Amino acid sequence: MEASNPLQMSSPTTSKAPPAIHTDNVCRYYPMGAGLIRAVDGISLTIERGEFVALLGQSGSGKSTLLNLLAGLDRPTSGSVVVQGRDLAKLSSEELAQYRRNDVGMVFQAFHLIPSMTITENVELPMRFAEVERAERAQRVRQSLEQVGLGHRLEHRPSELSGGEQQRVSLARALANRPQLLLADEPTGNLDSRTGEDILNLIRDLSLSLGMTVVMVTHERALAERFAQRLIFLGDGKLVSQEALA
Amino acid sequence: MKDYDLFELAVRNLRQSKLRNGLTTVGISVGVASLVAMLSLGVGLQQLATRRLAGSGMFDTVFVTSKQDFRGFDREDDQKTEHPEKAPVLDQPARDQMTHLKYVTEVEPEVRVMGEIGYGGETHFGFVTGLPMSARENEAFDNLQGKFFSGSAADEVILLNDFAKELNPKDPQQLIGQEVTLRYGERHALPADSSDRPQLSGAQSSDANSGDDFGFSVVRKSQALQVVGIIQEEPYGGMRTVSRGRIFLPVDLTEKLNMAQFTDMRSSLRGGGGKTYMTLTVRVKDPGKIAEVQDAINKMGFRTFSVLDATKSLRRFFTVLDLFLGIFGSLALAVATLAIINTLVMAVLERRREIGVMKAIGASDGDVKRLFFAEAGAMGFFGGVLGIALGFAIGKAINVGTGIYLHRHQLPSEAVWIMPPWLVGAAIAFSIVVSLLAGLYPASRAARLDPVQTLKYE
Repeated sequence: MEASNPLQMSSPTTSKAPPAIHTDNVCRYYPMGAGLIRAVDGISLTIERGEFVALLGQSGSGKSTLLNLLAGLDRPTSGSVVVQGRDLAKLSSEELAQYRRNDVGMVFQAFHLIPSMTITENVELPMRFAEVERAERAQRVRQSLEQVGLGHRLEHRPSELSGGEQQRVSLARALANRPQLLLADEPTGNLDSRTGEDILNLIRDLSLSLGMTVVMVTHERALAERFAQRLIFLGDGKLVSQEALA
Repeated sequence: MKDYDLFELAVRNLRQSKLRNGLTTVGISVGVASLVAMLSLGVGLQQLATRRLAGSGMFDTVFVTSKQDFRGFDREDDQKTEHPEKAPVLDQPARDQMTHLKYVTEVEPEVRVMGEIGYGGETHFGFVTGLPMSARENEAFDNLQGKFFSGSAADEVILLNDFAKELNPKDPQQLIGQEVTLRYGERHALPADSSDRPQLSGAQSSDANSGDDFGFSVVRKSQALQVVGIIQEEPYGGMRTVSRGRIFLPVDLTEKLNMAQFTDMRSSLRGGGGKTYMTLTVRVKDPGKIAEVQDAINKMGFRTFSVLDATKSLRRFFTVLDLFLGIFGSLALAVATLAIINTLVMAVLERRREIGVMKAIGASDGDVKRLFFAEAGAMGFFGGVLGIALGFAIGKAINVGTGIYLHRHQLPSEAVWIMPPWLVGAAIAFSIVVSLLAGLYPASRAARLDPVQTLKYE
């Protein structure tokens, strides 16, 4: 498939509603010595609301950089990233933080839980930044942890949990502020295949029940084919091809 | 992020590295303690000096003389006075006028005469001086045996211990409550002689002294007095005319008895009317108002003297002393500031990933900055509180040590170290402000961290 026309790249479930994500010729270059690394090099794509998309590619293909651009953790060198009608490139750093806080949930390969905090405190943290009232926080923490099947381990520390459980906590934290968009960077990379499947099952169920858009970076094509609705292949910072799955 | 969340997270983070943050906090507290101890010492010494000076009775007093008298003592002043002989005299109306000046609490003459005390069949010579009721506050009366005069004209006497020993060598204290007889010279106006008095009839005055224009005679009188107290040292540190006596009477009593003084000679020479005073001592409510009162009396045409200039230089001395004590005290706090910076910079390095995670899940740069600020502020607060406690302990130790030293030298103990309440609040506030300043750099460094970089290599 050609990568030039974003409209054609959209999933077969295209509807009239504005897309969840739309990037237009987005680029992210890093200076390296005298040269320039083109981590993301002119990618245009559209992802619909509620869609589960997998970004595939080899190491250095630019998939994580693209994910960081979608997450508002990084800014494009040129082009635009429009999420739910807002161009992230034009937001101030405070507005970007607000976007990350309220509109995006992130899950990482290394879980990135804060080891000194209990499970409850970890899940509560994004709600502190969002200034959610204390009473509501407690209720939402419990709810989020129950959603990921960890309602009974509230006071444990991350080190006392298995890898799969830690990733569930990380997922519960991502859901805490009820985002519209879930971004997962190799969520199964540190898990055995069985646990990895469990996590992806969970993500797909949550996506369906909450109507969340999911963008997942992975290099495991087999898993991606089982759970995602569309595969997007990147290479050298460019969109190589897309494949819609039934 | 809300303030209580911020504080909760800050305290929680501090508890993560208990030892390091604890040591930094102790460092701050040592700094605060040294600052507090130094400043309190400054305050204590200043209060001690002020107390001693106020106790000497010199610093709230203006001495007033007529420009007619004692000319030549102050040449500059005399040159300014064109007709000294026309200057006003210190008489009763002038005294009344001074009494009604603002801030003036007392206007008393300085009375000092020769007298004799009769006791147990013997007589003992001594100078008799009149003391105002305000003399009670003088430090000489701190160790008064017996009590002070019951009234300003009571028939009572206080004796200097040396004199009391002369009266009763075995047990001078037994004199208290006993009656003694005072012999003195009464100033007795000569009766008017009509043939010799052409124009100068002192008819203006209606008091007993109306015939003073031609002189007076001195008549030996005696008066029974009750000994009410004994003092060890001369009042006003022996620096005033009235301190140089051994027999002390209430000043109004000396006036009532109409005791003849040397200075009455001067009045009789001048002639022209009633009784005049050589010197009046004007007591002022607050040493700070001395200049104002002195000005007002100068305007009345009298010569004044006070030790105001001495207090001025004293105040300057203590300002400089406080400054230096403050600078030395601050040195330790400056070192503590470096410790805070070091601790927080280390924390930023250690918590790079954590900061990245926080940013990824929605913390703004401002949130991260405020969190590190709060941690610095919390260390400052706890360090300040601990420092106050430590400083207090150091101060107590200084006071106890000084007490022991003074006791060994047979001196009464003095509080040289005083922590005023304002210093407690100010020291804690200062500690927090200094800590926040120290947190500026680490906090902005933490806020600037790029989350993509911090989360990359895991």
